[in-house]
Amino acid sequence: MDPAKPILSLRNIGKAFYGNRVLADVSFDVAPGEIVGLVGENGAGKSTLMKILFGMPVIHETGGYEGAILFEDREVRFRTPFEALDAGIGMVHQEFSLIPGFTTTENILLNRESFNNSILIDIFGKRISTLDRMTMESRSKKAIDKLGITLDPRMLVREMPVGHKQFTEIARELGRENVKLIVLDEPTAVLTESEAETLLGSLRTLSAEGIAIIFISHRLREVVELCDRVVVLRDGHNIKDLAARTTSIKEIASLMVGRTMEAQARIDAESAAREEKASGDGEPVLTVENLWVDMPGETVRNVNLSVRQGEIFGIGGLAGQGKLGIPNGLMGLYPAGGSVTLHGEPVALNSPRAALERRMAFVSEDRRGVGLLLDEGIDWNIAFTAALNSPRAALERRMAFVSEDRRGVGLLLDEGIDWNIAFTAMQVQDKYVTPLLGGLLKWRSDAAMSSLATEYIKLLEIRCTGPRQRAGTLSGGNQQKVCLAKAFALRPDLLFVSEPTRGIDIGAKHLVLDTLKKYNREYGTTIIMISSELEELRSICDRIAIVYEGRIEGILPHTAPVEDFGLLMAGADKDEAPATAGGGN
Amino acid sequence: MEGIKRFIADFGLPRVIITFYLLALFLAAPLVGVSLPASISDSLIRIGMNGIMVLAMVPMIQSGCGLNFGLSLGVIAGLLGATLSIEFGFAGVLGFVVAIGISQVFGAVFGYGYGKLLNRVKGGEMMIATYVGFSSVMIMSIAWLIMPYKSPTMIWGFGGEGLRTTISVEGFWRHILDDFLAVRIGDSFKFPTGAILVFVLVAVLIWVFFHLKLGTAVTAVGSNATYARASGINVNRMRIISVMMSTMLGGLGILVFEQSFGFIQLYEGPLYMAFPAVAAILIGGASVNKATLVHVFIGTALYQGILTMTPAIFNAVLKVDMSDVIRIIVSNGMILYALTRKTKVAK
Repeated sequence: MDPAKPILSLRNIGKAFYGNRVLADVSFDVAPGEIVGLVGENGAGKSTLMKILFGMPVIHETGGYEGAILFEDREVRFRTPFEALDAGIGMVHQEFSLIPGFTTTENILLNRESFNNSILIDIFGKRISTLDRMTMESRSKKAIDKLGITLDPRMLVREMPVGHKQFTEIARELGRENVKLIVLDEPTAVLTESEAETLLGSLRTLSAEGIAIIFISHRLREVVELCDRVVVLRDGHNIKDLAARTTSIKEIASLMVGRTMEAQARIDAESAAREEKASGDGEPVLTVENLWVDMPGETVRNVNLSVRQGEIFGIGGLAGQGKLGIPNGLMGLYPAGGSVTLHGEPVALNSPRAALERRMAFVSEDRRGVGLLLDEGIDWNIAFTAALNSPRAALERRMAFVSEDRRGVGLLLDEGIDWNIAFTAMQVQDKYVTPLLGGLLKWRSDAAMSSLATEYIKLLEIRCTGPRQRAGTLSGGNQQKVCLAKAFALRPDLLFVSEPTRGIDIGAKHLVLDTLKKYNREYGTTIIMISSELEELRSICDRIAIVYEGRIEGILPHTAPVEDFGLLMAGADKDEAPATAGGGN
Repeated sequence: MEGIKRFIADFGLPRVIITFYLLALFLAAPLVGVSLPASISDSLIRIGMNGIMVLAMVPMIQSGCGLNFGLSLGVIAGLLGATLSIEFGFAGVLGFVVAIGISQVFGAVFGYGYGKLLNRVKGGEMMIATYVGFSSVMIMSIAWLIMPYKSPTMIWGFGGEGLRTTISVEGFWRHILDDFLAVRIGDSFKFPTGAILVFVLVAVLIWVFFHLKLGTAVTAVGSNATYARASGINVNRMRIISVMMSTMLGGLGILVFEQSFGFIQLYEGPLYMAFPAVAAILIGGASVNKATLVHVFIGTALYQGILTMTPAIFNAVLKVDMSDVIRIIVSNGMILYALTRKTKVAK
């Protein structure tokens, strides 16, 4: 094929929802075998653009779109995703759409199965046909091989690590005969760094075979590394079409946010200034001994920690090693055991209420991946052992937790921003209520809640129409900010923040990290931050613990060289010197 | 045009259609010889009779327990209150107050057990609630027969045992609310002030409850139980509170219904109370997990209006008595329709 001739051309695409313009005049081309990166802040219009391309019903239900899409030189106007699929466009969504109880093969070939021929089919019709599992397995293997990786075709999706689920999704798109263009929406957001690396490799293989790829990601390093061209969207406009080879992360980032990089420089300067702050002179505020937490996929086996007053303490490690289990266990959301003392007094485990009342707060991690487990876990499994697991105990001790699961633990999606921010503080600390009849009745003060919400909307730059906007209609980054505001409203002594920047854009990321730093400095709040992005931890934490196989592998100052962290993450200590490390565990 | 479209989208096409249908019925009434003042009066009385039972739907919807198809349980509590009050020989205002008092005690006890049960079947509340409604009615059908009631106004004639299927409250507290401060214009129009006042008063109490810290917690449980748990809320307790409220309101609701209707209907009577209430709140624009008082008011007015007017007009036109058939078609049709659009909440 002629590489100069585009397989897909978007011409002046525009879209407005109820008079609210989200896309205007966006045009770009994709050539066969080309990898085009599509970047932009949350709400820049990336998802809408892809919905238009993929013929999602929501688009024409709300009045269609402007402009034209040319696919293989023909103008197309897909009205359903099926038409897009038939034309040869595959899409891998942000959220997994796999069937947990089916195997890899069954998921990849769903609704495109191979059948055995039999005389019964001639009599009773197609519905009686049986699956030809041998052929199916070889077909799915072929799709997997295209990715250049190995997946067990018979493994149940439910039992897979997150990375394998992502590969299964992509393999499913590849399994179609005529696929010519694949759209990947944030495919690496839920992957660990090594898994992401493998994925990028696979995508390169695909592109070499002539399949065009549109790659949407917040991880700019990946975009620059992988893509041939980068299209930057900002506020619904096509800002720039760059050749990846000649650009830099910095340039893309500044185009995306439309701000100068002064802010970045300021952060760097602050980070440098922080070096001088004597870290580690405070009293131990939280001591954890022999902690175990039974959180599926993030089991904590034996953790010993001591966090000092006023520091930002980082917890890192690869996915599945148990770093997320630590805050979830301490805040009483999963069954846990061990001894935990806060300010010298023991904290009741398995009781979020107790933690909250002791002024601990928790900002949980992202909604995807781990969030799926949370849904099943908390509601149905733990509700029946509620006597042992009362979040109240943790909350009562002023521990706050910003959960990783914004949709589950994190937000009341059907309620306004004001409710989301004020609710926990109201319930645990009796804030934003007016006592009536001598305290017999506690009247909710909507005005106080609204002014609180307005304050945080301004402080955290939450993009919304007002404090009554439903949290479910906010974009991911803004939802995360609401989660943070909720924890701040508790005025916690000890704040757990789990993956605070996962899946949110650069602008929001800096704001979130800045706010955490500011909060730490102004109120002396001790913050424990859990993140899988080492750079992020090193940029704001004083000390960083690395978790490996449910244990603390080591604690390093943020100034330690990155290789040392890498070694701890891989559990290298143990492998290289089993005799010395044996005592540590 | 945009404005109209927007309004229809917000208010909900079905509600718009029903409103126009109801208006058309009122306009048609004089043409087919149905008295308009009498029709309006009938509608108002029915709104007063049924309003509280529609309000009883709100707490459980808000706490995420769904529509209370087991309202019959609350109705049974109300029937126990009514019959025991008569059995003890109370009449007039005192009799009605005693009946309410007893019904609330039974409502609280029944509601607690019902709530415990619903906490064990999270996700399937509405189906289990339906079964609870049916089975409790059947158990009570036996109980009404064997309980040692003695009052001659209530037991079967000829010295029999057990309660009659229909008991008149004439001479006890018939129309005690309907006639309180009632405004009469001409022969055929009566505004049932007392019943409407009680309806509004209970609505205000519910409004207050959902503006309290406790009510806020109940709403949060319905919106996202996991979030509420992480905020230190005892989810099961909140759900039980909402179920108890709903059941107790059901008890109060049936007493208000009976004083207007003039009869206590035992045995299978309670079975037919839940569906109209469910239909009314759904017409009002509520979904299975969000309901407001506005939904209750609009829904009760529309539903009871249709229920009063449709049979009256049709009977006048067709000269056949079709009222019950039409009632059943309308109420069940509404539930069926509304359940198909579970998630969309109208404004």
